Amino acid sequence: MAVTELKDTATDALTNTIIQIADDHLILGHRLSEWCGHAPMLEEDLSMPNMALDLIGQSRALYSYAATLENTGRTEDDFAYLRTDREYTNCLLVERPNTDFAHTMLKQFYFAAFMHPLWQGIAKGSNETLRGIAAKAEKEIGYHIRHAGEWIVRLGDGTEESAMRMQAAVEELHPYTGELFTVDESRQQCIEANVLTNIDPVKTVWDSTVHNLFEQAKLIIPEVPYPQTGGRQGQHTEGFGFLLAELQYMQRAYPGASW
Amino acid sequence: MATPNIQANLETARKIAANVPDPELPYLTLTDLGILRSVELEGDTVVAKVSPTYSGCPALDVIEQSVLEALQTAGFKARVERSLLPPWTTDWITEEGHQKLKANGIAPPLNAAADKSALFATRQVNCPACDSGQTERVSEFGSTPCKAQYRCNQCLEPFEYFKCH
Repeated sequence: MAVTELKDTATDALTNTIIQIADDHLILGHRLSEWCGHAPMLEEDLSMPNMALDLIGQSRALYSYAATLENTGRTEDDFAYLRTDREYTNCLLVERPNTDFAHTMLKQFYFAAFMHPLWQGIAKGSNETLRGIAAKAEKEIGYHIRHAGEWIVRLGDGTEESAMRMQAAVEELHPYTGELFTVDESRQQCIEANVLTNIDPVKTVWDSTVHNLFEQAKLIIPEVPYPQTGGRQGQHTEGFGFLLAELQYMQRAYPGASW
Repeated sequence: MATPNIQANLETARKIAANVPDPELPYLTLTDLGILRSVELEGDTVVAKVSPTYSGCPALDVIEQSVLEALQTAGFKARVERSLLPPWTTDWITEEGHQKLKANGIAPPLNAAADKSALFATRQVNCPACDSGQTERVSEFGSTPCKAQYRCNQCLEPFEYFKCH
């Protein structure tokens, strides 16, 4: 009896954590897909939807696994399209509006620089399914770091206007990065079960990735007196409802629609 | 059914699954791509296991559906399963697959996905049309998640390169 209960808590913790990571990917992927057809040049118009596809594909693999673990008949589509705003546990950073190219690239960079060491840890962790997902995602996210990083250097160390916009994006988005490293009870259980690695080394890698890039890009990391958090508890920013309205439109208007 | 028949049937099913074409690169079979993991019998059902290429590859569902349809059309009771581990890499594309890619104007992946540095180090990609090494990368992203865009400075042809994964 006691053993069963213990096992169930572990499964719940794993499911919650997977959904958090999946939500981060789905929402960032959706935000990035908003650029489709609006990029300043053809190469970028191919790059951004490609990366959005990576993120949405990664979220799909995770939702699908969460559905198997939960075993209540919910599917990957139910997670992606049929929850309400308070049920999404993505961090606030990924839902922030695209604003301009500087904001978009910085958001991608902050997130990719965080996921890269996290996936590396998962790929060496104790959960076999996640190891399979992580091994692919780790390679894909490597391209994202490089793509966004190149743009950030070009803009930060570019013209007066581009440097000003890039630094403005840093001021605006940096307060949201702390939430990436919060460890709730579910994540803590996953760390103890060796599914995830400790967060400290992930933070160390992230700090040095950001620091090195900002030095090249001549950007300054601001003081953050008030870190922005809440997404992991389902408390989202104002634009999130609008984002969901578009993301969920098809399933809400035509319930059960499929290919 | 006698055992030799089952064995013969399984061989037929394996051939059918192995020759299913990739929807985006139809000159490549699933065998060329190295994504067909196994075809086995479970009772009277043929179970084919397929590895996804890129996480976000939209061809994934089509590939699984094509395998299922090919087996069913041949009269098999069939099921297709997704196999995540070990994860697919471009190193699994066969030599024949490399030749077919090149013949169709796509530079095949440099076989070193296992060596992580090769993912990002700028390595020489030869032009599939004239074999010149004087090429330049136009964009790391192309028409599908698996390809990057290049240009040959010798024959001036633009071409695609199948990225290491």
